[in-house]
Amino acid sequence: MSRAVRVAGGFAVIATLFAAVAWLSDRPTYRQIPEGSAVMMLTFVHSADRRGECRRLSPEEIAKLPPNMRRVQDCPRGRRPIYVELDVDGRNVYRASLPPTGIAGDGPSRVYQRFVLPARKYDVAVRMRDTPRAEGFDHERRDSVELSSDQMFVIDYRPESGGFVFR
Amino acid sequence: MIGAVRSALRTGFMLIEQPFDRLFGPALNPLAQLGALGFFFFWIVAVSGIYLFIFFDTGIERAYQSVEYLTRDHRFHAGVMRSFHRYASDLMVVMVVVHLLREFSYDRYRGVRWYSWFTGLPIIWLLYASGITGYWLVWDRLAQYVALVSSELLDWLPIFGEPIARNFISTGTLTSRFFSLMVFMHVAVPLFLLFIMWVHILRISRPKVNPPRALALMSLAALVAVSIWKPAISQGPADLAKVPSPVGLDWFFLPLYPLTNIWSNGTVWALLGAFSLMIALMPWLPPLRRAKPAEIDLAHCNGCARCAEDCPYEAIRMVGRTDGMPFVTQAQVNASLCVSCGICVGACPSSTPFRRTQDLRTGIDLPEFSLKELREKVVEAAGELSGAGRVLVLACEHGAAAGRLEGTVVLPCVAMAPPSLIDFVLSRDLADGVAVAGCAESACYNRLGVKWTEQRFAGERDPYLRARVPRERIAKIWASPLAANKAESEIAAFAARLVHLPPKRLRSPLPVSATSRPTKVSEPARVRGEP
Repeated sequence: MSRAVRVAGGFAVIATLFAAVAWLSDRPTYRQIPEGSAVMMLTFVHSADRRGECRRLSPEEIAKLPPNMRRVQDCPRGRRPIYVELDVDGRNVYRASLPPTGIAGDGPSRVYQRFVLPARKYDVAVRMRDTPRAEGFDHERRDSVELSSDQMFVIDYRPESGGFVFR
Repeated sequence: MIGAVRSALRTGFMLIEQPFDRLFGPALNPLAQLGALGFFFFWIVAVSGIYLFIFFDTGIERAYQSVEYLTRDHRFHAGVMRSFHRYASDLMVVMVVVHLLREFSYDRYRGVRWYSWFTGLPIIWLLYASGITGYWLVWDRLAQYVALVSSELLDWLPIFGEPIARNFISTGTLTSRFFSLMVFMHVAVPLFLLFIMWVHILRISRPKVNPPRALALMSLAALVAVSIWKPAISQGPADLAKVPSPVGLDWFFLPLYPLTNIWSNGTVWALLGAFSLMIALMPWLPPLRRAKPAEIDLAHCNGCARCAEDCPYEAIRMVGRTDGMPFVTQAQVNASLCVSCGICVGACPSSTPFRRTQDLRTGIDLPEFSLKELREKVVEAAGELSGAGRVLVLACEHGAAAGRLEGTVVLPCVAMAPPSLIDFVLSRDLADGVAVAGCAESACYNRLGVKWTEQRFAGERDPYLRARVPRERIAKIWASPLAANKAESEIAAFAARLVHLPPKRLRSPLPVSATSRPTKVSEPARVRGEP
């Protein structure tokens, strides 16, 4: 085999392999949700009430504390779990008791759930309990939402915005 | 089970390598240059990345715009560089994966080679981290998908207080500082990758970090052609209010991402953990039975350093003399690095079978297959030869002739045979010709055995094959075990050629020693054709 043929053949083989690599760098395409679907995302980070009531320290107890660590109240560090429910068209699709994060259980509870739904109109209701109450909910929102194809619909909880936010 | 997979894979590689050897030639066969090509593509990625950084802007909106600007408005330099950057990254993944499979198939990952295998594992992780952070920077729809899935995977690990994936599900949550962080990551991770690549080859003598120039030029030309034919482009700006679907996935860097849609993130992490654990433990599943390492005999070592020069595994180093002999240095074997290939025995100038000592000793020898034993086996194998065109075969145990029986001596590596052994065989008339049958040139089991043998025979590397040895009486056969029939026919053709050669004009200065010659030959060798 002459050198020219070898070089040409070698180049052809290498170029073909590289072309295959280039093709696979963005083909075939991948669809993560079916066509005509949307994603409803329930996600927020929220701290529930503390696990117990705060107790007012007596003057003697305060005096015993180091001067730089003196405080009026002694509050338990851990937080309660929050309880969340999500209904879509009257059907419950998610309910969970979310424990606080952190080794000492003093971090916020977090939720990150996605639901793939056909694109259309839905009645959505989301509820949350973050206090010691056993029944009922502390925060709730109901609304009708129109999901378009490939839409990312997010249900967030933002106390500064007045509670649950649909966007 | 592992052995069966390895064997099947090895057969596959040998089948592919044969036509590649014919087309490219053994020196340019890309399959024999996978590691070097990996380095080559790394440098292409690095240089093209530096060039692209000149144009890149780290703002949320401007990241995408700047990439579009360099792709569309400066297509013929920055656009090509972007394609270089992407395709060379993909090719690096291909090189790493094929390199890993090939080393596994040829059983070059156990024993002392565990180190290079083991340090290859962080290279895989860092390579993927580099690629994924790079895709993130473009901030197109693919970047949005990569950001979302990557952060969801990271959120599964209990290390972040707030889910970082929340940053990528609605507008207004992402800041430009995030892109600054990603740029830093995309520079820092590849730098660390380069460091680990250096660690990976630390224990290898003469590692191939640059492919042959012709192969590098062909690869570069092919990369230019592919970059012009199919330029790397973005997939539309990221829109956090929309699900990025469909997306054109890079199946080299992101093959596991669709799995997160089927399995839980925990399962994907378990898969990655199991894969990493398996790769990390493979050198000991089961461990390689190791022959005893080479040993130095100081009485025969003059500190010439040829063994240290030739060792493919950096297992020999020269240290100060300890025995009071008038030499500056002596060789020292690091037993944990020695694979007992015997290349050092072939390199030692004391390794000459002509030596008169009753108990043949050399400066460096294998305890389980000494030079003395080699000479005895050669003499014994030669005794089995008869008729015209007697061919003695010195075969590598990993090559095509390893399975031969008659007139064959099998060595751990053909470079274990000192060139003087050929001289010995021909001058003592033990055979009419010597066939040296090693591994395929592009797949030498001990990396440098074929190369050193060629250079020693060509008089380019110490110890040389003496000029008096007739080259036409030596055949070199470099072939894989799959080519056993081809090797056999080459040996037969060589034997037929030998019959028609004029008589040898070699005469040994000494009679065949009683210790080395089989009893049936007891007379001193005579030059053929002489009265």
